[in-house]
Amino acid sequence: MREPLSKKIVGIEPSGIRKFFDVVSEMPDAISLGVGEPDFDTPWRIREEGIYSLERGRTFYTSNAGLKDLKKEIGKYLERKIGVSYDANKEIIVTVGGSEGIDLAFRTMLDPGDEVLIPQPSYVSYLPCAVLADGAPVVIPLQEKNEFKLTKEELEAAITPKTKILVLPFPNNPTGAVMSKEDLEPIAEVVKKHDIYVLSDEIYSELTYKDRHASIAAFPGMKERTLVINGFSKGFAMTGWRLGYVCAPERIAQQMLKIHQYAILCAPTNSQYAAIEGLRHCDGEVQEMRTAYNQRRRYLLHEFKRMQLDCFEPFGAFYVFPNIQEFGMTSEEFATRLLEEEKVAVVPGSAFGESGEGYIRVSYAYSLEDLKEAIGRLGRFIDRMRNR
Amino acid sequence: MKDIRKQILKYLETNSKADLAELAVLLGHEEAEIANEIADMEKEGIICGYHTLIDWEKAGDDRVNALIEVRVTPQREKGFGKTAERICNYPEVNAVYLISGGYDLLVTLEGKTLLEVSRFVSEKLSPIDAVISTTTHFILKKYKDHGTILARKSKPERMAVTP
Repeated sequence: MREPLSKKIVGIEPSGIRKFFDVVSEMPDAISLGVGEPDFDTPWRIREEGIYSLERGRTFYTSNAGLKDLKKEIGKYLERKIGVSYDANKEIIVTVGGSEGIDLAFRTMLDPGDEVLIPQPSYVSYLPCAVLADGAPVVIPLQEKNEFKLTKEELEAAITPKTKILVLPFPNNPTGAVMSKEDLEPIAEVVKKHDIYVLSDEIYSELTYKDRHASIAAFPGMKERTLVINGFSKGFAMTGWRLGYVCAPERIAQQMLKIHQYAILCAPTNSQYAAIEGLRHCDGEVQEMRTAYNQRRRYLLHEFKRMQLDCFEPFGAFYVFPNIQEFGMTSEEFATRLLEEEKVAVVPGSAFGESGEGYIRVSYAYSLEDLKEAIGRLGRFIDRMRNR
Repeated sequence: MKDIRKQILKYLETNSKADLAELAVLLGHEEAEIANEIADMEKEGIICGYHTLIDWEKAGDDRVNALIEVRVTPQREKGFGKTAERICNYPEVNAVYLISGGYDLLVTLEGKTLLEVSRFVSEKLSPIDAVISTTTHFILKKYKDHGTILARKSKPERMAVTP
């Protein structure tokens, strides 16, 4: 029989997270701190709007780029949140989650061999998506000493004449790092100087705990070279609705729309109607969730300090990324033993790139009660490892 | 209102059992500062009590709850206040509110039996001079109380590990 698989797909590694998921699902009494989605239900008024839209029979396709009202609300929201105004008719595409936007961007912008700079540790799909689009991923390993922010020097050192896109994944999964306006400014200067584009993945933008989220698109001369990815999954607790959006300069957006049109057609209609309600009326609910996350974040950092577990203070998303190098194990060994011995699941940092080795990702998208139980177990495990 | 007060109140409103040291960690302030603010707010009458939300039905202790609409003749210079204060004194009365609309006071009441509640209305409430009439509604089931949905614990639906 002929080989059914392309060389390209065979060359792509399956996500390192999958393996853990399979083990944890077999352990009914395990406590997981391994989840990358909110523990809150979608705010009721959003869910109700979804129900109403079904009752009204709104079960048809929408236009490719999404409902006009939704795009308008997204435009207003971004203007309010990041201070960038987008033309709802030409520069905004509603996508199936933020991740579709990443795929669209790479496929629209990359020719074979074009380099994509991917700071790591970061979300697992940038690299494979770049490869699938025939791009050449170039990893920039981020440093704990810089609080896992991208520095101007690191960026300069990675740029070559073939560099086309810089991925900017902040607030960051898995480190929780954020980049402030002051941190972004020198990055924007380098980007402009070398005439490259930025794919700014701002899916966690609602979840920052110090300063308000800042977007690189807001700097002068940056909107025309930035694609902003965002969506409803994290801030609005809508992961399963599969709804995101990408904002890009018209010339790029119109070409992205072709792929979206042929491969996807449109994002789920029901989710789109529900999201309009979210953008119009759910600031309060989003704020309540942010407050709860922030309390849990403080709790975890406090407990780590008490255990003398080395961890930089992250100000975004819902992850902390403690350093486990003192235990002389790889992060995968650490996570595996923690799971086997204390039945607590965390994700090894190495699942997010080689530079995540020596760290574990601990999610705080859990109730305080769950976190307390898990921290108790983690503390026991750490004591045991230290007294070996 | 000071931001720290707002944060404390917001938290205590639904978790009155919070331990001071823990509250200090969660809100990112010093424990002493939190303790002082709480003590001040108790003194100032901002924090008026710490209660526990109990599902008595589940505890196997049957109680009868009633809402009573009371129409009252306002008294010269005192308005409804005097009558309201008088009703407040009964220990079985949970709450007394002045209400706009078709009646004047809303009284919530807890008793052991229907008889006990109706006796209270006929023997205590109605005979008050200023009370013109009462309408008693018995509560049949509590679905949500003090912002908490009762009797609903669903299993988590999330997968254990996701990117």
